[in-house]
Order: sequence, then structure tokens, then C-alpha cells
Amino acid sequence: MFYREAGQFKASYAEDQALFPIRQDRIGVGIILAIAFVGVPLFAGDYWLSAILIPFLVFSLAALGLNILTGYAGQLSLGSAAFMAVGAFAAYNFQLRVPGIPILASFALGGLTAAMAGIVFGLPSLRIKGFYLAVATLAAQFFIPWLLVKVGWFSNYSPSGVISAQDIVILGFAFDTPVRKYLFVLAIVAVLALSAKNLVRSRIGRAWMAVRDMDVAAEVIGIRIMRTKLIAFAVSSFYCGIAGALYAFAYLGSVEPDGFNLDLSFRILFMVIIGGIGSILGSFLGAAFIILLPILLEVILHDAASLLGLQLEPGTVSMAQLVVFGALIIFFLIVEPHGLARLWQIAKEKLRLWPFPH
Amino acid sequence: MTFFFEVLIGGLLAGVMYSLVALGFVLIYKASGVFNFAQGAMVFFAALTFVGLQEHFGISFWWAFAITLGVMIALGVSIERVVLRPLVNQPQITLFMATIGLTFFLEGLVQMVWGTNVYPLNLGIGDDPIESVLENFDMIISRFDLIAALIAGLLVAVLAVFFHVTKIGRALRAVADDHQAALSVGIPLKTIWAIVWSVAGFVALVAGLMWGARTGVQFALTFIALKALPVLILGGFDSVLGAIVAGLIIGATEKLAEVYLGPYVGGGIEGWFAYVAALLFLLVRPEGLFGEKHIDRV
Repeated sequence: MFYREAGQFKASYAEDQALFPIRQDRIGVGIILAIAFVGVPLFAGDYWLSAILIPFLVFSLAALGLNILTGYAGQLSLGSAAFMAVGAFAAYNFQLRVPGIPILASFALGGLTAAMAGIVFGLPSLRIKGFYLAVATLAAQFFIPWLLVKVGWFSNYSPSGVISAQDIVILGFAFDTPVRKYLFVLAIVAVLALSAKNLVRSRIGRAWMAVRDMDVAAEVIGIRIMRTKLIAFAVSSFYCGIAGALYAFAYLGSVEPDGFNLDLSFRILFMVIIGGIGSILGSFLGAAFIILLPILLEVILHDAASLLGLQLEPGTVSMAQLVVFGALIIFFLIVEPHGLARLWQIAKEKLRLWPFPH
Repeated sequence: MTFFFEVLIGGLLAGVMYSLVALGFVLIYKASGVFNFAQGAMVFFAALTFVGLQEHFGISFWWAFAITLGVMIALGVSIERVVLRPLVNQPQITLFMATIGLTFFLEGLVQMVWGTNVYPLNLGIGDDPIESVLENFDMIISRFDLIAALIAGLLVAVLAVFFHVTKIGRALRAVADDHQAALSVGIPLKTIWAIVWSVAGFVALVAGLMWGARTGVQFALTFIALKALPVLILGGFDSVLGAIVAGLIIGATEKLAEVYLGPYVGGGIEGWFAYVAALLFLLVRPEGLFGEKHIDRV
């Protein structure tokens, strides 16, 4: 009843090719964007903005990048944190060394640098497939942070490789409070997410999916495998690079290469899998889930402990958190292997008829 | 030249230790097609349970060994029952993610039970140079490394006999070859999986004891799984022999590179060198040294 495309006719090519062809989707996206841009800044406190919403957006972007590579092009990668590091350090260096460069330009250049790194580490994908490739991408994961620590130039010769990101200033307007930073991140993420949505239904997006489903068959019907895979690596790393720059500039403020470790890569991969592999919406849902879960767990465990009158050591709590986190991951994979995005799809099917039985 | 050989032999013996961990991966991948990322956590789990039992209950080596083995077998069976069985027929990446979830679960659980302290583990083997080699060849070869290598060799031999002679071993190989065909001739797939995970648990226990004696039983043990991964891709995911040979190659090249190449780039290259070496090799042979060659058909 509420989600029904019946009666919406497409009378022109423009309508046929619209990004959101169904009216309800357009309204829904509009409402979400309105809430995100207007509602949230009005009502959310500083803690929510800087500890939950900004990381949520940043990780959504990183998950989106990995989803393009893994979900759409079918190349499993365990090195997304390394590409985030490249983006962060490149943006920092452009900002530091090129006088008068606009911050958005250094972000874009940081993303492009990450894209180039992605192409280099994506080259093996032309020969190697599946888990062999996944392990091979670990080479990037270990090599890039090592390089960033070893070559002092990258961190402007700070002792342990820690960089302090510059302030975000656009045309004299400083994005310094949590609300402003949030809006800055949100604007970038919204633009990039819509472009990703557009990209995956374009010619190159379809080529990615063909390669994912069966690369030999894709080659037979005339898709250039090498180009397609490398573009996937480049675009994915670009997204991760921008996410890394935002991570450094808008979220943490100062980062070190060792912060971009394997754990971070795994977290991003979890977001993709839990959210839904091969789904733009899924990247956001997965990021929300993985960001919120540890916070929820901590609150719940503390409450449960005090309710039972137990004196828990902090170590035990964090271990219990690990246990529950691992168990929940397995549980989710078992009950919904296609991720949270699939739940939304099922809900849409239901909404088509609801509240009527037929 | 003596120094070169010393480094080489030290590397080879260290490589055997990598093989020990890689072996657990191979067993599970061969039989169930699961890339079990939790193998490192299982090594840690086994080692910490072992020393925890010894520390807190003061029981003898063999009792602790037997109880830990029992725990690992129970773990293997329950993993099969709780994690793998509901995920049958899911894509490999889903299973892979499930094993990462399992990694968190095991790491948290074992530290919740036994605490986060670093335990020393003494197997009664001294980590000192062998005198006769030191006198005759002027080389320092650790007795511990040598014995660890012997144990690893023994383990591989036992596994090889197990796979080739016993009925269960033959069933395991059949399952590894083709799930469907194995099922259709009446091999109980679920039992086989439970057995494989138990055997992998046993291998993890042995690896955990050797590594634990070397570095102390601590959380860092889980990272040795990351050391085993380049060994795994170099040798091929589905070859026991590959795990051994690749372990030797990785161990040797890593040590040699650290000694001869490290000073030029500022050291600390052992974190990634093995990966890059394996990666370069894969460019030539994408399925690893002994991996099964895939023929893609449309």
C-alpha cells in the first residue's frame, strides 16, 4: 500500500534513467537527507555528533569503498585501512606543502593518491583470485603503514609518525565545532554516496558485476578484465582515501600510521558483510551496526553487572565485549547471510501489501 | 659464509614453526573449503588453556595436555555444530567472516577464563646453542629450534600416515576432493568436518606449545596466524606438503632479507617482507607452489 510502484509511468528517457525511479524512494531519500542536514544538527548533542555520527559517516564511506571493490567487483580485499592511511597522509602533506591549496582540493588529491596506491596493489588481482588475493592484499596492509613510519617525510618528521591534521577552512569559514564538522563530513559523504549509486548502474558498474559473477564469461562477452578490475581498485581506494582523510581531519584530529591496522580493515569488512555485500544502503546500515554495537554492549554489560551486583574488572568487561561481538557476528551471518540490506528489501516487499492481506 | 649458513639454518628452523600453524589452515581448507582465520586464535586458545591449567591447578604436563586436547576436540565439534552446519552452502566469504567472528569469540573467551597475563611456558627444552655444532662448524643453532623442527616433522609424518592408511583419513581425502561425490558414496560429511576441526585443534595445541615456549603465552600469539598466511598462499591452500616447503622458504628468505636487506631500508621489514615475497611468487604461479591448478570454464 505504502510502497507501490503501480501507476508510476515513465514517459521520457530522463524519467526512465532517474537515480531513484520510484516516487517513494525519492521522498524517502529526501526525508533522510533533510533529517541529516537539518534535524540532526538542531537536536543532537556534541557527544553524539563527534563520537557517533561523524565516525558513522566516515566509516560508511570507507565501507562504501570496500563494497564497491568486494561487493560489486568481487575482489576480496583486507587492505582498506592502508588505503585510508594513504588518503589521510596524502591530504595532510598536500595541505602542508602546497601553499594556499583549498582543503577540498587536498582531499581530492589525497583520494587520487590512494587510488594510485590501489592500482599498484590491485595489479596482482589480474593473476590471483579469491583468498589468494585477499591474503595478497595484506601485503598493502602491512607495507603501507611501515613505509609511512619509516619515511619521516610523510609525517613531517614527527617522532612516532603522528600527524596533526590542519583545520578545515573553506573560503574563510572554519569548520571547527562538532556541528560544522558533521555538516562538512555529511556533505562529502552524501555527494560520494549518490555518485556511487549512480556509478554502479553505469556501464562500468555493470562490467564490475559481470566480472564478479564470472570473470571468464565476462571476458568472453568483451569486457576488458584488466581495465575493469583496476578501475574497481582505483575507485574503491579513492573512496577509502577520502574516508581516511575525513577520519584524520574531521574525526580524530591526529592520527598515526599504526592506527590504520588490520583491525580497522576487518571492521570495515564486517560493515560490508553485516550491512549487505553489493549494496550502497548496506554500507550505511553495516557501519551503523558496527559503530553502535560496542557502545550498546558496554552499556548493557555494565547495567547487567550492576543489576546482578557483580564487581567486574574492566578487563573482564572488554573481554566479554569481544565474546559477545564475535558471537553476534556469527549469529547475524547465520540468520541473515545477505546482510541488513536484505532485511530492508524484505520489508519493502511486505510494505507493498501491508496492511491488506492481498 | 658461516654466518650466512647460520642465518639460513636459523631461518629454516623458524620456518618450520610457521609451517606448524599453516598446517592447521590447510587441513580445514582441504576438507571443508573454509579459510579458517580463527586458526591463530585456536593456537592462542590451546596454549593459554594449557598453561592456565598448569598454573592454577598444578597438574602435570601430560594431564594438562590431555585435558587441553579434550577441550580442543570439544571446541572443534561445537564449531562444526554451531557455526558451520547452519552456514552450509553459503559463499566462501561468509564462512570466512564467520571464522573472523570466531576469532573474536575465542580470544575473548579464553582471556575471560584465564586472564590477560603473560605466562611463561617451560617445556624443559633449553633455548641454547648446540655445543657440537658450535665447536665443529662455529655456528649457533638453537637446540629448541631443532627439536621444534623435529616435532613438526613428526607431526606431519603422523598426519600423512593418518590420511593415507586409516579409513577416516581416506574419507577425509575423499571429502577434500569432492563434497558431492563423497556424500553420494555415503561418507558422513558432518562427522568428517567435526574430525577435521578436532585435528586442526590438535595441531593448534602443538603449535601453541612450541610458540608459547618460545615467546611466552600471550595475546601476541594470535598474530602468528598472520605469519602463517604468506606461507599458506605460497604453498597453496590445499597442500600439506606445500605448507611445509613454503614454511621453509618463507622462514629462510625472511631471515636472510632481514639480515642482508634490512639495514638498507631501516629494518623492521619482517612484518611485510614475507607477504611481498609470496605476492611476487604468486604472480608467476597464481595457485601457489603445490596448489591445485584451476581451470576456469564458462
